[in-house]
Amino acid sequence: MISITVNGKQHDIDADPNMPLLWAIRDILGLTGTKYGCGVAQCGACTVHLNGESVRSCVTKLSRAAGQQVITIEGLSATNTHALQMAWNDLNVPQCGYCQSGQLMSAAVLLRENANPTDQDIDDAMSGNICRCGTYQRIRAAIHKAAQIQQEGAKL
Amino acid sequence: MKARVSKWVTAKRIVFLCMLLFMTIVMMQSFKTAPAKKVTPVKDSAGSVKAFMSVYKVLMSPRCMNCHPAGDAPLQGDDNHIHGMNIKRGADGKGVYSVRCSNCHQPENTVGLHAPPGNPKWGLPPANMRMVFQGRSPRELALQLLDPKRNGGRTKAQLIDHMANDGLVGWAWHPGDGRTLPPMSHTAFAAQVRLWIAKGAYAPGSKMK
Repeated sequence: MISITVNGKQHDIDADPNMPLLWAIRDILGLTGTKYGCGVAQCGACTVHLNGESVRSCVTKLSRAAGQQVITIEGLSATNTHALQMAWNDLNVPQCGYCQSGQLMSAAVLLRENANPTDQDIDDAMSGNICRCGTYQRIRAAIHKAAQIQQEGAKL
Repeated sequence: MKARVSKWVTAKRIVFLCMLLFMTIVMMQSFKTAPAKKVTPVKDSAGSVKAFMSVYKVLMSPRCMNCHPAGDAPLQGDDNHIHGMNIKRGADGKGVYSVRCSNCHQPENTVGLHAPPGNPKWGLPPANMRMVFQGRSPRELALQLLDPKRNGGRTKAQLIDHMANDGLVGWAWHPGDGRTLPPMSHTAFAAQVRLWIAKGAYAPGSKMK
């Protein structure tokens, strides 16, 4: 039995410790917002936060998450009001949407560590998340907008 | 007359005891371990350089050099191409923001071709101690390795220990599916490092390639 905390709720999971964390999240816990893309940490669709770091859950073993804090796209905010989610909505960032939960989870780490990122900072942080629809321009614009929303929120 | 004989006997006893004591001391001395002589390694510039050239071949192999790049991006593959995904060194050598090494590289190799290799210490040298291998000539790399200001503050003994026992160095000989190994075994490599240092830690001449 492996105990992990996902989006603030503890789960005891009876599964092979070598199972990819992604499998546990999607198939056992039913949190299907996180997507399977390449399966070898090349695309970023499966990005979740493990103790605040954006890990690729397709290659992260369940055992690595034992006793740790996992946040998935469902837990990014309780009311879908994270600055990134608001900016994503405002700018209609997704096209097919498949990669977007991973994009958001990576962007969230960037904004946490750099409240006012430049285009270069965004490229440095986001190049590991691939979008087959090519929404990169809107992703970049939305991150700038989210930074703005976040800063305005901080002033209130 | 009796007293003279007694004195003579006493004198003989004293002489006998002295002789016995002398022999005992001599015998005890022979059992004493000779103090260890300090072995001064024989300096041998040609032998030292020859050993380093073997070390150099390993350090310039993809499994070592790919994480000691000249730029701020790690390298990949046997052709030393720049790591995909625009990966950056970062201040601590572990990447930046949402592309930190451990986000993909696990504490162990991920099984399968083209899957991320792994080690608990996966990363590049930090930005303030870049320890570049790529593009270094044998002489440049030898001098760099010997300079504590450029080798992570290591003494020669620590350098040997790092090459022989560090877990991330050792990964090069267990690199996971589809990756070529360095040109000699880890044991042979460590032996060549020791030899290089023991024979004087000479740097090859500037014309050696």
